Amino acid sequence: MSDIDEGLRAELQRQGIWVTSMQELYNWGRKNSIWPLQFGLACCAIEMIATAASRYDIARFGGEIFRPSPRQADLMIVAGTVTKKMAPQIVRLYNQMPDPKYVISMGACAISGGPFKQGYNVLKGIDRYIPVDVYIPGCPPRPEALLHAFMELQRKIDEQKLTGAGKAAHLDRTHPSEFPVPAFGAHDLEPAANSAVFQPPEIQR
Amino acid sequence: MIPDPYLVIVIFVGVALVFPIFPLILAWMWRRFFQPPKPGAEKNATYECGVESLGEAQIQFRSQYYLYAIIFLIFDVEAVFLVPFAVAFTGLPIGAFVSILVFLLLLLEGLVWAWSKGCLDWAR
Repeated sequence: MSDIDEGLRAELQRQGIWVTSMQELYNWGRKNSIWPLQFGLACCAIEMIATAASRYDIARFGGEIFRPSPRQADLMIVAGTVTKKMAPQIVRLYNQMPDPKYVISMGACAISGGPFKQGYNVLKGIDRYIPVDVYIPGCPPRPEALLHAFMELQRKIDEQKLTGAGKAAHLDRTHPSEFPVPAFGAHDLEPAANSAVFQPPEIQR
Repeated sequence: MIPDPYLVIVIFVGVALVFPIFPLILAWMWRRFFQPPKPGAEKNATYECGVESLGEAQIQFRSQYYLYAIIFLIFDVEAVFLVPFAVAFTGLPIGAFVSILVFLLLLLEGLVWAWSKGCLDWAR
């Protein structure tokens, strides 16, 4: 798709001829019109709201249209503590989003449970059930951090392939679009993690 | 030479057809060649707020609701006719006043019937 020589492209650009490929055009369009899903879980959501409002203005990057319906959203910003009661709903919302879809895990709680990690009712990271694209550390992260994560996601989208072995997940027929929703068990969510998604590194002692 | 005045409409119809059909074809080709559709039980669910969907979206309302519809109709139709009548009241002859009075009495009769049947006792 994009096997034009970079030197030739630069030379053509200098002469005023802009060469692009379908993949670049597609990714350029997608990365500049990311619609996030409008939902917040805890204090990180306040920072997310600040990012969307006029002072930080995520609209400058094409993320202004927060959609109240998962059917119209591209990006899920998991902003805040995910309780075990809320986790099935979040996985279900993710499942209901159309492809391509991306997830930003915002703040210490969404990454790992954060300061509430020892709590009986707190999920220790949303990446146990759904694939996360960008993690933002912080408690809560500042709006600049969310903007940075947004730009990182744009960079990731820009690099996605249209064809070939390493093509984007939503174009891959074998890659699942829905992930199993955990059920409320007697003491914990069942299963406690989706092993197809959650593969933590082995702890070396 | 002056072009046919209907030529504009022909062009308009052509654009109106191409404008929606072209993106649809484009989307269809995109699905055919690049992005395989991935439907699923959750994705196609009725409800979209993260809560589990229960039952179907196409449910039947009970036929007893017709009473509410009738009472609504009484006041609705009354308002539709009374407002223009009131606006033009000073310029109307006596016949118009009598006929609207008859019309009001007909509706009032319906209201009295509904009242006597106990349809206005909401907390049943």
